[in-house]
Amino acid sequence: MAEETLVLFKNIRNPKYDKSLSAYKKSGGFKSLKKVFGMKPDEVVQEVKESGIRGRGGAGFPTGLKWSFMAKGTGKPSYLVANADESEPGTCKDRELMLKDPHMFLEGLMIGCYAIGCHHGYVYVRGEYFPSIKSLNEAVDELYADGLLGLDPMGSGFNLDITIHTGAGAYICGEESALLDSLEGKRGHPRVKPPFPAVSGFNGCPTSVNNVETLACMPFILGDNGVEDFKNFGPQNNSGTHLVSLSGHVNRPGVYELRMDVNMKDIIYEFGGGIRNGKKLKGVIPGGSSSPVMTADEVDVLYNFDDLAKKGTMMGSSAMMVFDEDTDVVKLLHRITRFYAHESCGQCTPCREGTHWSRQIIRDFLNGNGSEEKLLRLNRVGGNMMGTTLCALGDAAAMPIQSFVKKFPEEFRKYYATV
Amino acid sequence: MFSKDIQTQVDKLLSHYPIRQNALIPILHLAQNENEGWLTEAWMQHVADICEVPLTHVEGVVTFYTMFRLKPPGKYHLQVCTCVPCCLVGGTELLEHTEKKLGIHAGHTTDDGIFSIEEMECIGACSFAPAVIVNEDYHEQVTPESMDKMIDELRK
Ligand code: FES
Repeated sequence: MAEETLVLFKNIRNPKYDKSLSAYKKSGGFKSLKKVFGMKPDEVVQEVKESGIRGRGGAGFPTGLKWSFMAKGTGKPSYLVANADESEPGTCKDRELMLKDPHMFLEGLMIGCYAIGCHHGYVYVRGEYFPSIKSLNEAVDELYADGLLGLDPMGSGFNLDITIHTGAGAYICGEESALLDSLEGKRGHPRVKPPFPAVSGFNGCPTSVNNVETLACMPFILGDNGVEDFKNFGPQNNSGTHLVSLSGHVNRPGVYELRMDVNMKDIIYEFGGGIRNGKKLKGVIPGGSSSPVMTADEVDVLYNFDDLAKKGTMMGSSAMMVFDEDTDVVKLLHRITRFYAHESCGQCTPCREGTHWSRQIIRDFLNGNGSEEKLLRLNRVGGNMMGTTLCALGDAAAMPIQSFVKKFPEEFRKYYATV
Repeated sequence: MFSKDIQTQVDKLLSHYPIRQNALIPILHLAQNENEGWLTEAWMQHVADICEVPLTHVEGVVTFYTMFRLKPPGKYHLQVCTCVPCCLVGGTELLEHTEKKLGIHAGHTTDDGIFSIEEMECIGACSFAPAVIVNEDYHEQVTPESMDKMIDELRK
């Protein structure tokens, strides 16, 4: 039986672990922060760069590089904002971390704050995550009571505050510039870039926005021999373990911590226990609902950033949605487009209009009014959203449409009008 | 308008941000909780004054985010997820079942004011689908039967 590799879940998988500060410290917690306080901030950034870690929120951008872009000498404060707005359909891993081991993530956030010279870090949590918000607030209170937050933690001379900030329900706020607008107390609209947040972010100050899981990796990376060990968990350029949210028609859905050299087939059949009710696999949406769909005969591939990119799709937030032979993919795509139509912020015309049109065209199909011409039109509407919007939501809506049409054309033909 | 306890929380929140406006969304949550789950113009005006922004700005924010409500929800607000992973394992049927059981559609409240239903986009519990939030609590792998049981319990 295949096994998980436990770095982020090492405490969570221990049935006796109670997530308190003392339990976290007993597990070796805050040793890395102590070590980091003895380093220069630039040295910390350098180690993170060397570990090769890529952001776990979906884009896979190298974290060390992101931190090195932070504008210096501006005379303004710098900010680190943890993106805990987890809302890409299929993704439910950050919730596990915040709920069951908040201190590991918070230590990572504190390490990040030190690395980029931020004295006040924010955690932007989606508003629906009530239990996670409570868990984080209790953890932060413990840290203040212990003196690890506030004035001069561990005698480092580095004052540090952390605030847990609640969002209010808007998928688009997972996009980093929309998130910053929201944190400022506005509607969450993606901004025109440049300037990038590293130059002008929260309240116009240099800001880095990093995913929860990315930050939770920091205590390990900055630990003893962490950089080397982290690199060894996967092929080159795909280092570390990652949390895979497995959902859909498998026998054992769940969040699994895996190396990045595990085959997708094994994730479905070994970790997931195969397809429910003895059915056959039809396909997988491999990296959150926006990633291009894969058919059953494409899943013999290592589950990591680069191997999936080679297959013309993406790992995104490591959220695998598995569906069986009985699934009506036209209905499935309709549900996906409904999501994007609902969540488009309405700023850019191609996305605002395109998400609605595509939903309507697919609804036509479901009403038995499909045609070859409409299928072409659907594909064209998708194409017109690709790369034509301020943020990635346009692409996110387009990729499923174009890939479903390409991979499952016969399924759409079943819905052609019979005159 | 805030009770004394909550006003202390508001003041604490304000101290966490460089600009008062930054605290707008968290303070709106407090206001909505104070007013039994929804916002009136008077409350929005009050929060606008606290955050030193115009009322129109607050209205713009309130109408942008799905968690802010302009009409009262039921005492128990059932938020049923029908997004992709939930939909794959029965979320849509669960919503339909709940609507039938309570005799209302999503977006509505029962006449006695006890239950309201909302159809949700992904609530981040996809590996434990179908998922439902009742007020502030997550319920996972919900079946029509367990939903019936829960509703009957809550009604007592
Ligand atoms: S789709 Fe329902 S919780 Fe994610």
